[in-house]
Amino acid sequence: MKREQTLGRVKGVVAIVVTSVLFIIPFIFVILQATKTPAEASNLSFTWPTEWRFFENLVEVSNYNDGIVWRAFFNSILLTVFSVAIMVVFAAMVGYVLSRKTTWLNPIINFFVLAGLIVPPALVPTIWLLQGLGLFRTMPGLILIEATFGLSFCILLFRAFVGTIPRELDEAAVLDGAGPIRLFFGVVLPLLRPVIVTVIVVQSVAVFNDFANPLYFLPGDENATVQQTLYEFQGQNLSFYNLLFTDVLLITIPPLVAYIFFNRQIVAGLTSGAVKG
Amino acid sequence: MMTTTSIAPAAAAAEGASRGKTPRRRGRMKSFYPSWFFIPAVALYVVFFAVPTFASFYFAFTRWDLFTAVPIGFDNFVQFFQDPQLLNGFIHTFEYGFATSAVKVVLGFAIALLLTGPIFARGYLRAIIFFPVLLSTIGVGIMWKSLLDPFHGVVNAALGFLHLPQPGWFTDPHLALVTIMGVDVWKGVGIATLIFMAGIVAIPSEYFEAAKVDGASGWKILRTITIPLTRPATATVITLSLIGGLRSFDLVQAITNGGPGFTSEVITSVIYKEYQAGYFGLSTAGNVVLFIVVTAIMVPLTAYLNRRSVEL
Repeated sequence: MKREQTLGRVKGVVAIVVTSVLFIIPFIFVILQATKTPAEASNLSFTWPTEWRFFENLVEVSNYNDGIVWRAFFNSILLTVFSVAIMVVFAAMVGYVLSRKTTWLNPIINFFVLAGLIVPPALVPTIWLLQGLGLFRTMPGLILIEATFGLSFCILLFRAFVGTIPRELDEAAVLDGAGPIRLFFGVVLPLLRPVIVTVIVVQSVAVFNDFANPLYFLPGDENATVQQTLYEFQGQNLSFYNLLFTDVLLITIPPLVAYIFFNRQIVAGLTSGAVKG
Repeated sequence: MMTTTSIAPAAAAAEGASRGKTPRRRGRMKSFYPSWFFIPAVALYVVFFAVPTFASFYFAFTRWDLFTAVPIGFDNFVQFFQDPQLLNGFIHTFEYGFATSAVKVVLGFAIALLLTGPIFARGYLRAIIFFPVLLSTIGVGIMWKSLLDPFHGVVNAALGFLHLPQPGWFTDPHLALVTIMGVDVWKGVGIATLIFMAGIVAIPSEYFEAAKVDGASGWKILRTITIPLTRPATATVITLSLIGGLRSFDLVQAITNGGPGFTSEVITSVIYKEYQAGYFGLSTAGNVVLFIVVTAIMVPLTAYLNRRSVEL
């Protein structure tokens, strides 16, 4: 037993050293870059800044291009909140009925749920469709797209979780005079809370970090999301590495906060349904 | 599916009880689960996903400017497989998907094994390995692009200090794609680890104890217990990382944009380039090729993995 303990300690120390090199140093590098002057940052070296400029960099990023960074934050949050809200409600309704009732529809829906996970979206035809609906280059259009692409994953999680809620509860609610709508929204939905939190956190991080869909469906400066500004920033001017990394740092904060507060739910979501990253 | 384990006896009892009720009662409950609950989700899915997907099979055979589509038969596909840029993207997509997936399975399993065993600072190690999963891919790309910069980058500075060769990570045509795959693994191995850990922890400890009593070696336990019984987790990791790898786009875009030359081009980056250039028909043909590649690999693979999976 004693030997196993020392072995565990040795393994742990080695692992800490390895992960520090692979994970901690890159993160520290980002922070250091964000605190340097433009000239120093463009060296890309792993050195202590001679001049501590984090606050100035933050101000400069904020003012850059009429505050596009903050507009982008606003856009990203808007996109995330609305698309995830739609996903949760619509997917919960499907997962619930799919789990409770077996009809000829079930295999068909299950098939399309899996297809939704595997099939890559057809990009230009989607643009064509959005244009036809007058939704191309609009926030509502992108919200609906993100909601649609996230549905399959959410449905799987909901379907699995509804299975753990005893049917007796439904029957009791019906005996008390609840209709189908009250049964779902009043009785079942509140019981789905753990899985709802999981879905919200996992999908929020996914939508917030999404790059490809805004790139295709919501191009243009006034609608830019945070990932877009980061990408544009990188393409534009390589003499502002300090600002680029300040932006990287800013964009890392929301997922970091999500991770600190919802670690358990994220892990649950990614391991239980475990069909999509 | 692994999730069914958590339903456990309570739900099974509930199931049994409701089955015992008269069919009339069950039939009556059915109307309280209205099928129209499917409609909102189905509407979104059909309009924004199914229609474009089906439309792509038409537009891929046309010269198309979003307004008029002139049918040109298989020309787009012919061009796709003749143009070196597009052909490279096609081949690289397979390399990328299979290589990253394989590395994530092996590495993820090894790390999971380490982190489920007796080890110091387990919580910290789990957190630090998983965190990159949640980061913005573009941000990760920018970070590694700076760290791996051939002339100023920290990595090459360290290698130079140790008198080791300093490769041009993403400027060397032979290395660019491999570098991107490496960053992909760095970012994504956390999720593989997480799934494997869940799989390993779910194995009843009696199995390990019995094997130890019988005097089985660590290697034998690994081969006869841990690996076979984590099969569902392995299937999940393979499926997830393959789907992700074959469809990978962000990282390529952030690090090399397909270059140098076409040496790190993948199908998705080709689709984007053709779209930007205004060749919408060709871009859509790329989309159809990707569709065929992904389904041709994933459908038989999922069927195979599910058939052989062990119910836990």
